[in-house]
Parts: sequence; structure tokens; C-alpha cells
Amino acid sequence: MEIIEVVEGGFFTTVQDLGRYGYQRYGVPVSGAMDSYGLRMANILLGNEEGAAALEMTLVGPKLKFLEDTVIALAGANLRPRLNGDPVSTWSGLRVRKGSLLSFDGPQTGVKCYLAAPGGIGTPVVMGSRSTYARGKLGGYEGRALKPGDILSSAADVAGRPIKATKLPQRLLPDKEHQHLLRVVMGPQADAFTAEGVSVFLSSDYTVSRQSDRMGYRLEGPVISHKAGADIISDGAPLGAVQVTGDGLPVVLMADRGATGGYAKIATVISVDVGKLAQSLPGDKVSFRAVTVEEAHQRLREQEADIQEFKEEVARSKGEAEATGGLQPSATASPRRSVTATINGRSHTFEVEIVGEEPAPARRGSSGRGTAASSRTVSVTVNGRSYTFEVEEAG
Amino acid sequence: MYQAPRFLPAGDCAFSVELGAGIDPRVNQAVHDLLVAIEERGLDGIMDLVPSYRAILVQYNPLVADLSRLQEEITALEALALEGEPSTPRSVEIPTLYGGEAGPDLDYVAQHNGLSAEEVVRIHSETRYLVYMLGFSPGFPYLGGMSERIETPRLATPRAVIPAGSVGIAERQTGVYPTETPGGWRLIGRTPLALFDPNREPPCLVEQGDYIQFVPINEQEYAALAIDAAAQATG
Repeated sequence: MEIIEVVEGGFFTTVQDLGRYGYQRYGVPVSGAMDSYGLRMANILLGNEEGAAALEMTLVGPKLKFLEDTVIALAGANLRPRLNGDPVSTWSGLRVRKGSLLSFDGPQTGVKCYLAAPGGIGTPVVMGSRSTYARGKLGGYEGRALKPGDILSSAADVAGRPIKATKLPQRLLPDKEHQHLLRVVMGPQADAFTAEGVSVFLSSDYTVSRQSDRMGYRLEGPVISHKAGADIISDGAPLGAVQVTGDGLPVVLMADRGATGGYAKIATVISVDVGKLAQSLPGDKVSFRAVTVEEAHQRLREQEADIQEFKEEVARSKGEAEATGGLQPSATASPRRSVTATINGRSHTFEVEIVGEEPAPARRGSSGRGTAASSRTVSVTVNGRSYTFEVEEAG
Repeated sequence: MYQAPRFLPAGDCAFSVELGAGIDPRVNQAVHDLLVAIEERGLDGIMDLVPSYRAILVQYNPLVADLSRLQEEITALEALALEGEPSTPRSVEIPTLYGGEAGPDLDYVAQHNGLSAEEVVRIHSETRYLVYMLGFSPGFPYLGGMSERIETPRLATPRAVIPAGSVGIAERQTGVYPTETPGGWRLIGRTPLALFDPNREPPCLVEQGDYIQFVPINEQEYAALAIDAAAQATG
């Protein structure tokens, strides 16, 4: 079902899922969400499969128009989203009405925000994934970032289905205090560096460069010295690998990294910390701390336990919403209420969304009750069509 | 070849299995055979395997697979693979139109090496090249084995666009560009085959451990194969 029309593409908005595995042997990068925690949470908030395709929005978000009543969820960076001009929350699900407009004021915290739609964004599956690899014109929406006029579909139809828009509890929000500290496992080629090089790497602050993209985050700071040059016999490049090129500066390899690389990799950022770096802005400072593989696994298990717990919570509350059959509008959704309207002298009760109040009476009913103190003129959208009514609040 | 595989840490979701010290067809063949053995064994929790010259990057899900057990299994598989006969590598023919518009630098390569264009074509097409690995861009094969008699330096200024299928030489290496890209290689020919097609399974005509042989074709043969390739891509 077509649910979103792109009005403005934003800085770099792509369709991503958890990545394209199984094709790196052919030189095809994994791609996928830069901050997989954000993407998974956006999906979980909607009760989707956690790896469903979502929109990854970067710094300057897009402007999106909804073509159907639906629910969405936002997670990851706070790009200051607005629905029809009203601020709405990140890390939360929200109900949107046909015709409404989602826009972003710009980043408050982080870089990458994820928008999940019911059942996931429905682009074709290419080599097992919907992720966009823009450099190779693969996957996603025509292999590229979104442009005005693009129409996105959701895989599931939720019209009339009760869905509770859920909010992420505080305890599961990313830890902003330790945003700058990236834990690493040393290797695979730590032995290609001098002892001094390793010590510089682990004790210095590095600044995220402007030349950072989905392939890699380039860092500026003290030079890390190799023993005998930066070149290695090319080998496979893991996510988060800290590659040090000939100039002695580190590049952390991210989602769109080449499957293989020819520079020595001093260390690898642990998986729970890759998202922290993905959410760092050019100019932000980061530093590295070495941990063991066992410790990294422990952190991953803890994060996973939290995610699973929340997933069960969402599944439970979704079950309750379905059992009561009631609509559960979220606190952040557009105002929606039951009104009694008098049209041509006859009274009707509608469930309407008020999209804007007219400053002056645009149209008067023929009943002659337009001057009554309790009534006012409002524009409403019913079944996607806009009407101007004179209404009386029923309570 | 190492006595036993070396495991290098590569974060908390991957490790590298290194089988030898240098660029060596025997080591690369062992990489191929170990990759096949791991896949046939069907180990749980493996996300992907990335073969290269002398190593395999094993990406795994630590929530499913235990690291030390995985490495024990791989050590055992490697020992088993060493006992057995190495597999017979596949050979893939790449029909190539040499010279002319398809290979604008053929004459330069000939001149640079004091050969005729025909001799360059003969030397280039009589060798079987080992596909050590694919990388750099989707479907790009790293080939080994080119004769030093046709070695030629790169272009001083790279071309903005190299058509897909271009066959080129850069220093001691030869290669074929699977997709349209900028590049500084000396172009000596072009193949009408689609080396990489994301909608085909598998997407590449060649894989790590295969051998490539370039087969000279004429313009009529090129046109016929190009039509075939286009029909397959749209069908």
C-alpha cells in the first residue's frame, strides 16, 4: 500500500534494513542501518519484525506526506520532528492521518534517525536485502537516496486496525554521557603498528572529520605510526574496523565499507558502540578504549536482553489493544476528537482531526446557528477530504 | 602455508582465519576449500564468509555461536581439508574484443613493450588468471598471473568513465571492470558479458578460486553476445 510521498528528500534519506549478508565474497558491501539499534527500536515500537526496512534520515530530515491513515515510529537521532507543524517525539510511535506532513527542524542530538512503517518499507529485495548501497546503485529505492515525488509503500495495511503507538522507556534510551567513548577489540593487524602508535591510538582524542559518510568515519588527530607501512595483503573488512591509512590517520569502516581492504586495521569498534559513532557529528570528539572480546560479548548480551524485554512488553500491550478493540491514540498524535456538527440544520457526530482553524468564518451553515457562542468554524479532514464546518463540541 | 590456521580478532562479531603468509595460489586454493568446507558443515550463527588472498573473515552472531567452539570446528575442518585432495578449480572463459574502441590503449601497451598489438593479445589471452578474490567494487576480480612482458604503467590522468566490461592493465596486474566506474587502467579490450548482475543468482560470473581465461572474439561475435547478455538481464 502506498503510504508516503516524498516532498523533500532531505540531506541523505535511504531505505535500510539490517544489511545484505552472503554477498561480500562477490565484493558487495553489507550496507544496512548505520545505527542498527535505532532501526531495530523503530520497528519494535510498531510491532514490526525488528529487521524490517525503514528510512534512514541524515541530519536534515526529509519532508514526507502521508497518503493513508497509518502509524509510524521514529528512533535514533532527534532531528526535531514535527507532524503538521506540531513537535512530536523521537523514540516513539505515532499515529498519522492521511494528508499529514512530517518535517524536521534539524539535529538536536545525533545524525541518523529511523522511520519505521507498518510491516516495513516495501522496496524490492535485492540479494536478500532492501538496504540501499547508493555508490553501487543497488537496493533500496532505485538504488539511491530519496527525491521529491518518490512514493513509498508499506508492506502491511493497518487501516482500521487498532495499534498502540508505544514510547521507548527512559532506561532504553542510548547513553549520551559516554557517547564519545568507543570500546575496541585490538586487531586484526595491531601488530603492524609500533608500540608508540598503539599507545597514541588509545590515549588521544580524535575529531570526526567532515569527510565521513556511510562508507567510513574519518578521524583527525595525532598520527598513529605503522612499523613498516600501511599496506597489507588485502583481506575482509569487519564493521567498525579502525583502518589506518598511509597518513597515519584512522578511518572507522561503517555500513557501506568495501567488503575487502588493503590497509592495516589496528582495532575494531565493538558492535554495541558502532551506533554511537554513527550518531556523531563532524567536529565531535571520540576516544578509544581496549576491551576483551569476552567483555564485548557481555555488553552485547546485556543490550540484547533489554531489547528482548522491551519487545515482549510491546507484544503484550499490542495484544491488550487488540483485545479491547479500542483505538489508542498516542499523546503525540494530532488532536482527534468526536464532534457534533450541524449541517443544513441536521446534527451529525463525526470523529475528526482538526487540521487548522479558520481565522474568519469561511462558510456558514444555513441553519442560522453560526452565531451561537458554543460553535466555531474549523477545517476538518474526513476520509482524506478537507471540509470547512461549523461545529459544536459534544464534550 | 601455516601448519595450523591463525585466528586474528576482528571485533566481537568477526575473526579472520589466516592460512598462509603471502600471495600464493596454493594458499588461495586452501582458502577456497576451507570456505566450501565451512559452508557444507553448516555451522550455526555464521553471518557471512569473506575470502581473500590468504584468509577468510568469518562474521558470526555471538548470541548464537560460541567463539572458541567455532574456531575449534574451523581448525578441525582445515585439518580435514589438508588431508584431502585439493578441489579442481573452475575455469571461466571471458570472450573479449581486443583493440579499437573497446580497447583504446592496446596500441600504447604494444608500443610500450616493443610488441605488436597481435602479440599483446596473444600473451594476454594465453594465460589463465587466478581470481584471488573479489572486492574493491561489486564483482571486481583481483587477478594474478599476468606476464611481465605486457606490464604497463597506469594513465597519468584517470578516465572519468570506464564502460562496464572493460579489460585493462595496470602495472603487473590485469583486470576487468564489472560496472561502469572511473579509473586509470590501460584499456585493451572489452567483454560483452555482464560480470556482475544484482538480479542474478549468483550475481557474479566468477568467484574466488576460479581461473579466468580471456578469449579473443571479433565484432560480430561481440554484438551477438551483447544481445544475449541484454536479453538475460531484462528477462
